[in-house]
Amino acid sequence: MFAYIVRRVLATIPVMAIVALFVFSLLYIAPGDPAAVIAGDQATPDDVERIRASLGLDRPYLVRFGAWVWDIANGDLGVSIFTNLPVSTMIQQRIEPTLSLMIVTLILAVSIAVPMGVMAAWRQGTWIDRAVMGFAVLGFSVPVFVVGYVLAYIFALELDWLPVQGYTPLSRGFWPWFENLILPSVALGSVYIALIARITRATMLEVLQQDYIRTARAKGLNQSGILFLHALKNAAVPIITVIGLGIALLIGGAVVTESVFAIPGLGRLTVDAILRRDYPVIQGVVLLFSFIYVLVNLAIDLAYTLFDPRIRY
Amino acid sequence: MMQTTRRGVLGAAGAALVAPRLASAQAQARTLRFVPQANLSNIDPVWSTAVVVRNHGLMIYDTLYGLGADFQPKPQMAAGHEISDEGRRWTITLRPGLRFHDGAPVLARDCVASIARWAKRDVLGQRLDGLLDGMRAIDDTHFEIRMKRAWPGLAFALGKPSANICAIMPERVAQTDPFQQIQDFTGSGPFRFLRDEFRAGDRVHYAKFDGYESRNEPTDFLAGGKPVHFDRVEWRVMPDPSTAAAALQNNEVDWWETPLPDLLPLLRRNRDIVVDLVNDAGNLGVLRFNFLHPPFDNPAVRRAILPALDQRAFMDAAVGTDPEMSRVPAGAFTPGMPLANEAGLEVLSGPRNLAAAQRALRESGYAGQRVAMLSGTDIPVLQNLSVVAADLLARIGFNVDLQAMDWGTHIQRRTNRGPVEQGGWSAFCTTWEGFDVSVPGSHQPIRGHGAAAWAGWPTIPRLEELREAWFEAPDLAAEKRIAEEMQRVVWQEVPFIPLGQVLPRMAYRRSITGVVKGGPALFWGVRQA
Repeated sequence: MFAYIVRRVLATIPVMAIVALFVFSLLYIAPGDPAAVIAGDQATPDDVERIRASLGLDRPYLVRFGAWVWDIANGDLGVSIFTNLPVSTMIQQRIEPTLSLMIVTLILAVSIAVPMGVMAAWRQGTWIDRAVMGFAVLGFSVPVFVVGYVLAYIFALELDWLPVQGYTPLSRGFWPWFENLILPSVALGSVYIALIARITRATMLEVLQQDYIRTARAKGLNQSGILFLHALKNAAVPIITVIGLGIALLIGGAVVTESVFAIPGLGRLTVDAILRRDYPVIQGVVLLFSFIYVLVNLAIDLAYTLFDPRIRY
Repeated sequence: MMQTTRRGVLGAAGAALVAPRLASAQAQARTLRFVPQANLSNIDPVWSTAVVVRNHGLMIYDTLYGLGADFQPKPQMAAGHEISDEGRRWTITLRPGLRFHDGAPVLARDCVASIARWAKRDVLGQRLDGLLDGMRAIDDTHFEIRMKRAWPGLAFALGKPSANICAIMPERVAQTDPFQQIQDFTGSGPFRFLRDEFRAGDRVHYAKFDGYESRNEPTDFLAGGKPVHFDRVEWRVMPDPSTAAAALQNNEVDWWETPLPDLLPLLRRNRDIVVDLVNDAGNLGVLRFNFLHPPFDNPAVRRAILPALDQRAFMDAAVGTDPEMSRVPAGAFTPGMPLANEAGLEVLSGPRNLAAAQRALRESGYAGQRVAMLSGTDIPVLQNLSVVAADLLARIGFNVDLQAMDWGTHIQRRTNRGPVEQGGWSAFCTTWEGFDVSVPGSHQPIRGHGAAAWAGWPTIPRLEELREAWFEAPDLAAEKRIAEEMQRVVWQEVPFIPLGQVLPRMAYRRSITGVVKGGPALFWGVRQA
């Protein structure tokens, strides 16, 4: 197992290298010029050129790429073209809100979606099943930002129960932190809940047809024991796979959710950087997201062994 | 021994719940929460021309002169000045008691270094740079500016609010290369920038600078007293307009700088919110042409558009049909400002005639070349203006190719001087801050100095002659005559077409009062109601 983990961690290095090359090249060929953005409307062409030179953007592709890779190898993600702050500092400032949002969403989604899927499978064809499937269709169909606006209107503007926007660090107390995350997490989690509920239902339906479930029933086990101990455990592998894949969905959704709820996270940082062509920030954040995604997949692979003892690495 | 009762425990729990809210309410009363128009992407008002950076600069830096509500320059950090040597030598005296945020006194040499840095970047500063014969500190409170020729507009240039402002910084900071960002934000203005609390794209916090020596005069826009009534001002960046509107309604912020026109009816219905015209200079919409390539290298083609162009249609598309949100007709200079005039304005204010435009285009020699119209889709006002312009040009008879892109691509694409086939462009719409285009000196679209001009690169020597004459105009009457002549040239040469004046509203809660009017959001004078 340990050797496997080491191999997988080492395998992230070529993956990250390919991502780095891809991101750098993509930004190099993409239209847009941060020097022109900085210089603004009034700038003369000479001003733009001087700014471009001062930022090192006039150097050849390979020289720039080499310098960037060298800096990364030395643990330096570079400095934002616009704010002049180190990219690592900007990421550090923004990572807590995004991680908080994703973790709360994940907990919320799994704790709602899995029981929903189990119930739908158990009561297949009944109104419970139809209600769960109806909710899933709704969750897939309604965009995150619409859910966000509706929630903000009802729970913040009309009922005045929760704040409309913003983020309070966890260091300032659990409730101030949590109350800012409730609406965004529900909004972001709606698609995720729908996805997990559907997969849970489908997998559970398959498992519930198995002989050992019939045997368990024949032994007189109670329904919840059958559902949650025998069936769910055997249905867990595909569900965990979907949860893992859904992390990418969360990262994408966080961009929208953070904008709608004015949460200063990595999603907003990425969008702002893309719009301004702040290359070092874009490169740094994309690398970080890739790294997180690779690690999440590793964690999912390892989690398989917990639910299915036949799997060995 | 104290007895613990159920009532006591409940009381203590209630107090514990209420106490943070009371403390929060008290802190809120001393803090002004403001939603700026955009993210403060950088912090150097001399390095950047962004309006939001200028607004930040006006908070933490003071200027030697400031424009009053009449748009005339008045001494601000300066106590006054003496002009000698036939207008070529200005000796400026500083007010006593001026201090930087680190407590050091503001000295003449700080001002000399600040002006020198600004003069490399700002359009009027560059004018000074070209005229400069020398600049030196005479002593701690006096410095002189010697010019090769007299320039009556020097005080205006040093005090104008359009980017870049001549921010007074400590000498050590002002010695930074003008093309590099400063790293030290020691300011001279009424607010201190709290760099440790700064989170780009999220929050920008300021604290009242207790050592600021306000003029003992009533507040007069950027001149006069700058009394500060809040301990802190917190900018909260909100990229989503609906969220900002909800936050304002929910009392999570006090003031929103740029509400979307679509959301104004909603905000007006709220009894706790005031929707107000604070910046009456607004923004001037502009349709710009590329002079380097067909078809707009031909003045007859450019003129052909004028008879059909309906400024009202552009303004309705940009900011809605509420007539208070825009002003037409608009000439070449910002309506409502001293140099706005009616010269030849009937080309835009008279009855619109599409057939006349079509006929003029046919007679112009237009050969059906593709017109690449750039449209920045992430700025709704500009996108709407572009769509209306593309439609108008198509109806006149142009072969229009409306190209949608984000602003970052748009602004880079504009620097391409090649023909359309090589990634170049033909026309685009944008807006200019009213202050910028209120006088010839800072009016970029009206310039005609060819390759060095703003995107479009028109060569119109007569406009350059008139601009030079404006710099040396002895009084406002002379300035007005020059502005009228320039406007007539604009209708002939058509370096751009004004599309109307956008008058954006600000929205704030009734819990604040005393908002200073005339321009951008200013944070002196405003107080708790």
